[in-house]
Amino acid sequence: MKITRLYCLLLSSLILTACGGGSNLSRVEQGTIDGVLHFGNGTNIQTTDPHIATGLPEHHVITSIFEGLVTKNPYTLEPEPGVAESWDISSDGLTYTFYLRENALWSNGDLITAEDFRWSWERALTPELAAQNSYMLYPILNAEAFNTGEISDFSQVGIKVISDLVLEVQLRAPTPFFLQLMDHYITYPVHRETVESFGLYTDNLSRWSREGNIVSNGPFELTEWQVNSHVRVEKRENYWDADTVKLNAIVFYPTENLITEERMFRDGLLHRTEEVPLDKVPVYLAEDPDSIVIAPYLSSYFYLINTTREPFNDVNVRRALSMAVDRDLLNETVLENIMQPAYFLTPPGTIGYEPPVTFGYDPEQARALLADAGYPNGEGFPTFEILYNTQENHRKIAIAIQEMWREQLNINVSIVNQEWQVYLESVDNMNYDVARRGWVGDYVDPNTYLDMYITGGGNNNVGFSNPRYDEIVIDEAPLKLDNKERFALYREAETILMNEMPIIPIYIYQTKNLKSPDIKGAPSNIMDHYNWKYIYLEASSK
Amino acid sequence: MWRFIGFRILQAIPVIFAVITITFFLVRAAPGGPFSTEKAVSPQVKAALEAQYQLDLPAHEQYFSYLSDLAKGDFGPSFNYTGRSVDELIFQGLPVTAELGFYALLIALVIGTISGVIAALKPNSAQDYVPMGIAMVGICMPSFLLGPTLVLVFAIWLEWLPVSGWGDIPGDKILPSITLGAMYAAYIARLSRAGMLEVLSQDYLRTARAKGLPEYKVILKHALRGGLLPVITYLGPAFAGLLSGSFVVETVFQVPGLGRFYIQAAFNRDYTMILGTTIFLATLIVLFNLLSDVLAAWLNPRLRYQFKK
Repeated sequence: MKITRLYCLLLSSLILTACGGGSNLSRVEQGTIDGVLHFGNGTNIQTTDPHIATGLPEHHVITSIFEGLVTKNPYTLEPEPGVAESWDISSDGLTYTFYLRENALWSNGDLITAEDFRWSWERALTPELAAQNSYMLYPILNAEAFNTGEISDFSQVGIKVISDLVLEVQLRAPTPFFLQLMDHYITYPVHRETVESFGLYTDNLSRWSREGNIVSNGPFELTEWQVNSHVRVEKRENYWDADTVKLNAIVFYPTENLITEERMFRDGLLHRTEEVPLDKVPVYLAEDPDSIVIAPYLSSYFYLINTTREPFNDVNVRRALSMAVDRDLLNETVLENIMQPAYFLTPPGTIGYEPPVTFGYDPEQARALLADAGYPNGEGFPTFEILYNTQENHRKIAIAIQEMWREQLNINVSIVNQEWQVYLESVDNMNYDVARRGWVGDYVDPNTYLDMYITGGGNNNVGFSNPRYDEIVIDEAPLKLDNKERFALYREAETILMNEMPIIPIYIYQTKNLKSPDIKGAPSNIMDHYNWKYIYLEASSK
Repeated sequence: MWRFIGFRILQAIPVIFAVITITFFLVRAAPGGPFSTEKAVSPQVKAALEAQYQLDLPAHEQYFSYLSDLAKGDFGPSFNYTGRSVDELIFQGLPVTAELGFYALLIALVIGTISGVIAALKPNSAQDYVPMGIAMVGICMPSFLLGPTLVLVFAIWLEWLPVSGWGDIPGDKILPSITLGAMYAAYIARLSRAGMLEVLSQDYLRTARAKGLPEYKVILKHALRGGLLPVITYLGPAFAGLLSGSFVVETVFQVPGLGRFYIQAAFNRDYTMILGTTIFLATLIVLFNLLSDVLAAWLNPRLRYQFKK
């Protein structure tokens, strides 16, 4: 019959057009030849303004188009010269003098001067701009006072222009990790004329940092930015170290959907993914081990305990809960054996600091502690909730821990999930019993973890307060110039924290990426940071 | 006829106004806000941020200020994408979603009507059961299942088509369009089968056959016009549905369309973006419904006659 034939014809032509087209080389193969890196970047970036940005995807893009006084060596994470050619540190550790390069230029050809940094830091610290990372500059004398509006005269802040190319920074206390902060994007310079030509410099909504408008100073410059599609940066010829830069361009793709991202990698659309679905990890490890990279990450997964609520105000209860969690079993069963079981808050390997291990999995002692608290064999222990933000892995972990507590301590726990924003509000208002938490360090130093739990600290959402702990973290450690002494103090503080147990450490994250073997010069490091100018692409024999 | 259209437009205004008002207050009532972050920010920073986005004003002032901006066609700045306006983002996403919707509708129409007509020609035979069975599966199969399945077969196993993207690589528009169109194809197939069955038993078709017309002419020239009427009425809501319902497909295939903006805005509590997309899509849905009503009226002589009176 004619109509049926027509139908078949249409269907087959549809399939034929579907299969037509397409070159022989995948996007990744072509990219490797052209020096174009296709980078799965997690989510959309919100901005390329280094003072307003927050988040790792923004970090990746901004570090490619801007550069601070120092950069990080991707292998050692030690600071190395950026816009500053060299620097002096006074013997008391309070004064840093940075000597800027004569050949460091903005993308429009202007010279980068010490005044550019002074003005940029003034902008970053101006309260009206509402820069969320402004606290990273607080080690600078009076920076916090200016940022919180206590003083309004910026000349009182410890930033001084000595000459065009010399910048002097006064700190309020010797801060041995200060140079580590100097490659955080909040410290990056922005081009004053450009910022001001698009409105007020404190305008959070300004268009100056968009493609076409932006003037930047990094190894690459922003050429395309389409929300939900991609961000493209291209090599800048007038960058001072352009000879080192080997990539011609980087394309960042927002890849929120983990399953799609993994498939994009398999299909040769991405050189690198931001994540790997957990259940795909064993498959890659077995079948394509060259493409999967699992590496320690400066990030901790733990449970918060609301110490202001009964019965969690009793330290014995908190310790009992923590000791009854079998972290090894959790890792083997739920986490595909790729995370690192944790008995401490601070991830190990933060340049020389090793956290103390003060307890282990000990169900018997946990039961004894619970009995001491007045709940022998869990009798009379009130039912409580574990709160987590909606996500499959958090749910699995919560179920496993719920079961461990039921089995070892004979207590009843229910689990509750909330959407991210709702969860944030609950945790912020301490409206929970026990809540899941993850924390990524801002810089490679134990301080980025331990300063969370000072009394009344903004991130102290557990109600923890210990005078000796405060003394160490606020007063003593920042004054120590010698890292050995300083780390000993931090170990003391962390021991206090783990004895008091306002948080239950669970595991230290590992980054999981799919990474084409074509990518060279991009070692894994605990910050998951890339120093783009060292990266190159070389077709691997596969 | 004009009175009918005018009346429908008048009806639409309070609908859209209600959408604006309810959405405006609902997003603000939702827990969490556009600037909640995992890391605590100082109260000063929080206050300054709220001032930047006028969130420090009382709710009613924010509302009236929003309405007056809206009257000028300004949806305001996005809370999530610094330096981008909601208008700009909507008009970036709209062409993509419209193109995706257009292809999906085309696929739905071609596959749907042809399968429906074929099924109706021999009801209760294999020629009826097979396409209708497939249609049933199509209606039941959610796109978050169909999409990844198609990707697995055509992109990963057969390597015929790219996994995702939109306009980056040749052929990357095919799978998203089919995934989005499938459900509508199934629905259209059922509609056209029902429509055709009703028409095929009418007297005027017997007359057409009696005067010696070949069967394909009877079907194509006489039966289709009446039989596809339900499909035409369905087109308006279908296209509006395609525009507003494509977020799953857009997420699965990384298509930078309006639907993805919409969903992200909700998760990020991007107030202006939620409002902008909701109002925009609500207006579109109202418009398309109006259009399909007018079209149906114009095609149906009985309705046309009523309006003439």
